[in-house]
Amino acid sequence: MNINVKNLRKKFNNFIAVNDINFNLDKNKTLGLLGPNGCGKTTSIGMMLGLITPTSGKVLIDNKDINEVNREDLLSRMNFASPYIELPKKLTVGQNLEVYGRLYGVKNLKDRISEISEDLDLNNFLDKKTGELSSGQKNRVSLAKSLINKPEVLFLDEPTASLDPDIGDFVRNYIETYKTKNNITILLASHNMNEVERLCDTVIMMKKGKIVDRGTCKDIVNRHGRDNLEDTFLKIARSGNEMA
Amino acid sequence: MRWHKIYGLSLRHIYLIRNSFPRILDLIYWPSVQVFLWGFISEFFTINSSYYNNTVGVILTAAILYDFLFRSSISYNMMFLEEIWSRNFTNLFIAPIKISEIIAALTMTAIFRTLIGLVPAVLVAIPLFGVSIFKLGIPLIFLLIALYIFGITLGLLVTAGLLRFGPSFENIAWASLFFLAPLGCIYYPIEILPNFLQIIAKALPLVHIFEEMRNILINQTVNVIEISRSILISIVYFVLGVIVFYTSYYGAKKKGTLINIGE
Repeated sequence: MNINVKNLRKKFNNFIAVNDINFNLDKNKTLGLLGPNGCGKTTSIGMMLGLITPTSGKVLIDNKDINEVNREDLLSRMNFASPYIELPKKLTVGQNLEVYGRLYGVKNLKDRISEISEDLDLNNFLDKKTGELSSGQKNRVSLAKSLINKPEVLFLDEPTASLDPDIGDFVRNYIETYKTKNNITILLASHNMNEVERLCDTVIMMKKGKIVDRGTCKDIVNRHGRDNLEDTFLKIARSGNEMA
Repeated sequence: MRWHKIYGLSLRHIYLIRNSFPRILDLIYWPSVQVFLWGFISEFFTINSSYYNNTVGVILTAAILYDFLFRSSISYNMMFLEEIWSRNFTNLFIAPIKISEIIAALTMTAIFRTLIGLVPAVLVAIPLFGVSIFKLGIPLIFLLIALYIFGITLGLLVTAGLLRFGPSFENIAWASLFFLAPLGCIYYPIEILPNFLQIIAKALPLVHIFEEMRNILINQTVNVIEISRSILISIVYFVLGVIVFYTSYYGAKKKGTLINIGE
């Protein structure tokens, strides 16, 4: 699945959250979406998921406008994980995976739950209520939910936020391996520059709703004359000038 | 509509109830308290009122039917609020389910929640006060259908508000039914209302439902036209509710509330 974002813009009252952005999310690639808080990353993801109606511009899925393709068919091929949205806390992990498996129409659901529980090491707490889990456990459950339907496109919003280095590394490893094994397309919004450098093929830098730079991590770092992506991020975030 | 999706979404709410004994207790507690309260009031009125003389249980039956309406609507709202409180809203709206399937799942699960609370209350009223709503006979089914459709409609309208305006609309959810109750003529005949309010009240299905309930219990006759009218009016409101819900959904997409509701 290829996703093309064309002249996408979102205005909330007098505030322009996303300002005429263009980019391609190529099949089987991982694109990083970087930028300071409030730069329009979540709004952009929301528009790509069909949760937010753009003020203008288009999101094309395999060259078809998102509004012209069957919404349910499209959503069954995507998924999303974010630490800012949660699964019902009073349901057990197993029940949550079963509910979402059914909503996504997953075939052989029991097998799929066993498989993903094994992969993400959830077996010890499948019968535990989701609200009783630690941050790291919740994060893995959220990731399991986002992969339950074997999505072709996965949107990840800060997948390792608030995780300790060990669990964070486990999640990054898992995403990396899963992507290689299943050839999926990933859009990753993150503030962890090491994570972005490790996982992303290309990166988009956003600031105040606009794309201010793009390319591979190495290209961007070189272009700004910095040693690493973190310093580059800081330079872009603190500069007053927009760069393209 | 795909039944397996509706079942999947219903399952989320069934598990929620099944996993929590306090939640089940809460569902049963309030309707039972209502039965006790209105049971004693009902006994007092049947002894001291000429209107209710020898019609034991008219008030209590009205209280039970009103509670059925109340529980249907609140169940609907609660299930929607649960999604907001658990911050599961975005997950739900990015799942490949149609809005009509969400409405269908909430509608079907609301009856399940409603009956958990109401069945014990209805059964308690029989030995305790000698009042059985089953005395209404076959028309009871149709009166319950009209009440349920209208209860769901009120639930739909409130959830549409939650969708559009966010959790701040929550208080309206609790107040919605109390607002309509005086016009519903639940415990008194429509003639009690001032003329201009009678016109408004007749546009609601509640008046037709509760007038017919009294007619059956007091006059021992069944007015099929009145029952049909109550169902028809309820359906009209339901269709209106669905339209408002869809409008709110598209409004929420424009406003961007679907991605951050509950935060």
